[in-house]
Amino acid sequence: MNDPIMVEVKDLHFSRGNTDVFRGVDLQIPLGKITAIMGPSGTGKTTLLKLIGGQLVPDRGQILIDGQDVHQLPRRSLFTLRRRMGMLFQSGALFSDLDVFENVAFPLRVHTELPNAMIRDIVLMKLQAVGLRGARHLMPSELSGGMARRVALARAVALDPELVLYDEPFAGQDPISMGVLVQLVKKVNQALGLTAVMVSHDIKETLSIADYVYIIADGQVMAHGTPQTLNVNEDAHVKQFVHGEPDGPVPFHYPAPDFFDDILAPAGQFS
Amino acid sequence: MTGHIAALGRATLDTLSSIGRAGLFLVQSIFCLPPREGFHLWLRQMHFVGVMSVAIVLVSGLFIGMVLALQGFTILVSFGADEALGQMVALSLVRELAPVVAALLFAGRAGSALTAEIGLMKATEQLTSMEMIGVDPLRRIVAPRLWAGFVSLPILTVLFGVVGIWGGYLVGVDWLGVYKGSYWSNMQDSVNFVDDVLNGVVKSLVFGLVVTWIAVFQGYDLIPTSEGISRATTRTVVYASLAVLGLDFVLTALMFGDLG
Amino acid sequence: MKRNKFLELGVGIFMLAGILGLVFLGLRVSGLGVGMPNDTFTLSANFANIGGLRPQAKVTMSGVRIGEVTDIQLDPKWFDAKVTMQLDSKYDGKLSNDTTAAILTSGLLGEQYIGLTVGGAPDMLRDGDVIHDTQQALVLEELIQKFVSNMAK
Repeated sequence: MNDPIMVEVKDLHFSRGNTDVFRGVDLQIPLGKITAIMGPSGTGKTTLLKLIGGQLVPDRGQILIDGQDVHQLPRRSLFTLRRRMGMLFQSGALFSDLDVFENVAFPLRVHTELPNAMIRDIVLMKLQAVGLRGARHLMPSELSGGMARRVALARAVALDPELVLYDEPFAGQDPISMGVLVQLVKKVNQALGLTAVMVSHDIKETLSIADYVYIIADGQVMAHGTPQTLNVNEDAHVKQFVHGEPDGPVPFHYPAPDFFDDILAPAGQFS
Repeated sequence: MTGHIAALGRATLDTLSSIGRAGLFLVQSIFCLPPREGFHLWLRQMHFVGVMSVAIVLVSGLFIGMVLALQGFTILVSFGADEALGQMVALSLVRELAPVVAALLFAGRAGSALTAEIGLMKATEQLTSMEMIGVDPLRRIVAPRLWAGFVSLPILTVLFGVVGIWGGYLVGVDWLGVYKGSYWSNMQDSVNFVDDVLNGVVKSLVFGLVVTWIAVFQGYDLIPTSEGISRATTRTVVYASLAVLGLDFVLTALMFGDLG
Repeated sequence: MKRNKFLELGVGIFMLAGILGLVFLGLRVSGLGVGMPNDTFTLSANFANIGGLRPQAKVTMSGVRIGEVTDIQLDPKWFDAKVTMQLDSKYDGKLSNDTTAAILTSGLLGEQYIGLTVGGAPDMLRDGDVIHDTQQALVLEELIQKFVSNMAK
């Protein structure tokens, strides 16, 4: 990769309770591109986003955003850094006591002293970009899942951030909403020149827009490369994951005694 | 055997660390600067926590006052002391029943609602996204609710007492025929504003803080699944109720223990 | 925003109701307003036994409240109880100096208070004077003991 690096994760170790979530993870997120982080469920992908965002602190290792070590920053600087980041959660995470307009305006009100008229203009532009300008006075409870996510996207880019983190943006969507979201993510990324980090397990959608992919399993990076290289990767683990094969290194059958022995055994032997 | 002891030890450590978390949580929430439009947020919570509890407090207060008068009358009349009904109803309400029952009702209605609301915000990652945007949820979500609870419960307690005394009047004077003058004058002679009414209000301030604290902490600290939310809501009601009753004993002993 | 106006109104009414309720509890329920007028004068009296008399107990004459007990102390000179009371100053100089003070009980088992009865002497009591003629509280146990010993006779 020759692009400049926006986010660098070095030798990340993190454990929760008794389980090691990350055992030495190295990632390099290139500037201006969409990087996908994929892997089987439960590998802690959301945790990774929270670590990058500075909400969780790693046990070992560093996370550098634009050269700054996120976890060494004093509060003020972390606040300023957060202004340059946007995050889109799986459920949208819109504030349930504010309407759509106020939700998108929230980061603007927190981080800037802009007058109301300007805030209004910016919010309407963002809502227009995601196609929901007309929905500005609805409450989050009145929105469908797909619409909520679009509003959340508008909110995530309200401050024109340089880095956007997407947590499973396509999970559980119907085909139309999925299509809309995929297009929006690509469009917004290009329009704003964003660096996007996307965590997902929707192979087809993600590989269709990602510029670079990391596959994480067992707390470490299993493979990485462009979507094209991963598609033809011969490694058994990678192949199973990328092609969605039911059986492979991650077995189909839960460990059990031999099938014929089990069926033909006298009652009580294997029970 | 050792397995049980180890489990007990773990449970104790867990409980202690949770109490520690709760304490830190309280200190951080109370001693933080109000956010912009903090007054507005507080006002909104006053509505959800206070105003919406008024109905249940008024109805319960009325019924309790009426029952007190009814029961009290039958006992007092056998001593020929039915004129003391006013003071009996007023003292029972103002010193004990209004602060305690209003707090228990509050824990059930407002407390569980607070826990569920904050828990839901945690489960849908609203709290996380708020932090990511750079706003401390303790300032914006928790603190207004704490202050609203702290101010609301004393008001609800006073309303409970007033309605209860009026309910006692309705039953005692209008129905059972206690002389109106003695209902009020005996009451006035024996109820002391500072010792009785204000002590009752002090109790309700303490209860308000404790109940709201428990409710808000349980919501903030829970496991963010729907099962976690329902367990936390139950815990709020149980812990808050027990805390109210326990503190009531302590406060009563401190306040009224050396009278007479 | 319209919603906000109703909200604010509601909360305002709620808080006002609380304050009014407190005022009600103060005046109607605990008789706060029926407190001491500003001008008072002080008298004291010694009792052999004050029974259940407490500070802030009322002082009456013919059943009408004219003051309250402010202090009860053990008198180190006479070893009885010295009770200090404050009375409405419109009675300053109107009570004869052979006025008696008795500790009475309201109802059968009620709280105790002081009842004053004027006498016929020409001189009047003034601020700081002592009432000499006092009747101690009826202590139930002494009464019963008297009754029992009378019966035994």
